[in-house]
Amino acid sequence: MTDVLVKVGFLALAALNGAIIFTIMDVKGASWMQRRPGPLHVGLRGFIFPLAEILKFVQKEDIIPTEVDRPVFKWAPAYVMVSCVALFAVVPMSPTLVVADLELGIFFALAISSLGTIGVLTAGWSSANKYSLMGGLRAAGQLIAYELPLILAVVGVVIQAETMSLVGIVEKQIEWGVPFVVGGQVVGFLIFMVAATAEMMRVPFDMPIGESELTMGFMTEYSGIRFLIFYISEYMNMFILCAIASTLFLGGYHVPLLPTEWVNFYGPVVLLTKTAILGFILVAVRWSQPRFREDQLQNLAWKILIPASLINILVTAVMKVGF
Amino acid sequence: MEIYEIVTYFTLLLLLFSAARVVTTSNVIHAAISLVFTLALTATLFLLLSTQFVALVLVLVYIGAVIVLFLFGIMITRAPLGKNAELDNDKNKLIGATISGAIFLLFSYILINGFDGEIVITSGSSTELLGEILLSRFVFPFEIVSFVLLAALIGGITLARKDEALVDEDQV
Repeated sequence: MTDVLVKVGFLALAALNGAIIFTIMDVKGASWMQRRPGPLHVGLRGFIFPLAEILKFVQKEDIIPTEVDRPVFKWAPAYVMVSCVALFAVVPMSPTLVVADLELGIFFALAISSLGTIGVLTAGWSSANKYSLMGGLRAAGQLIAYELPLILAVVGVVIQAETMSLVGIVEKQIEWGVPFVVGGQVVGFLIFMVAATAEMMRVPFDMPIGESELTMGFMTEYSGIRFLIFYISEYMNMFILCAIASTLFLGGYHVPLLPTEWVNFYGPVVLLTKTAILGFILVAVRWSQPRFREDQLQNLAWKILIPASLINILVTAVMKVGF
Repeated sequence: MEIYEIVTYFTLLLLLFSAARVVTTSNVIHAAISLVFTLALTATLFLLLSTQFVALVLVLVYIGAVIVLFLFGIMITRAPLGKNAELDNDKNKLIGATISGAIFLLFSYILINGFDGEIVITSGSSTELLGEILLSRFVFPFEIVSFVLLAALIGGITLARKDEALVDEDQV
């Protein structure tokens, strides 16, 4: 009896060790075979890497599967693209360096950014693929849930600034002397950044893409230029949401102590620096955090972020009236 | 002013076309997408009438939330690709046409006779005035509407959820 047990134990141990040794060999072998210098070293220290990527996607075949709903499938990336590009119009680089200083600037931005959801949903449905549909539904559920805290976090800023114009909001922060994130909107800023990350569908909020279980979610059937549009839109969205966050909470194109007369010269640099810092934080989060589970993701939005942003509005309003 | 009028009539024409598409197409998702265009064109009309706030509310609430929930609801239950014969409902066409015609006439009558071409707002931005009027003169109806919405919300949750504990209480 005992020698049978010893034999079984020996077998299990050998199998386990074999597996571990071969895992190491596979990983080491892969690293040795395909040295991947990509974005760090090739071509001007990797800075022309994205251009190669774009060229690659443009010259790829734009495959449209036979069973898809053609017009819907073809136009779905357009909604996503438009919803991102239009946002660039309202973000001010300085009081005069802005495409359109709308009276309802931030409201316009929130309204237009909500259009992207339709593109994602229709892309998922029209692909005639259940993984795509699942991805589309997850994406829509997530975008609906996180749009609310995003809007509610902005309401606090609007109450404090007494205006919805983005230039007006920055001017108010200059008048105050400190950016709103120091002047009482810390909670609002955190809620905005978390909700914005979810809106971009980046890790840790990338359940809709979930490449290990849904291949690429709503993008599965897309290839070539249409995939490129989705891909670029994600980064456009990331850039512009970071720029909006800098404008709303971090003082936009101005930093305290700089003379306001020269704002046209340093404004763009200041805004882009703030945007880049926020962007780098998002990159750091992406490569260090695991993915949220679907129910945790929904709970975070509905049970934590929305109540917190409502309390934030209440406190801001009370402070505004009281002081 | 001529170019302004051309743009307005062109928008109206497109609006009529896309609104007709919503009710004539035999694919439920195509109908929803046509509705997106209908609402977007309506928002454009509001922009042309320089009421930016209403236009943006249309985009944010109707396109960004209501239509998205429509699409979400349709896709989560059933949304076959291709044509769906069930959507052509010949029996109710006459009733539908009568009701929509009646609503159109009623609204036209109210709008034409209600203000008599008189310009009510003369100064300030329309958004600011809208906010002030809503929270002063119309504060009571405004609160009533929010109360009705809250009731609808609670009603929706009650209908949708099957709470085990609640069922047990009823039986006791």
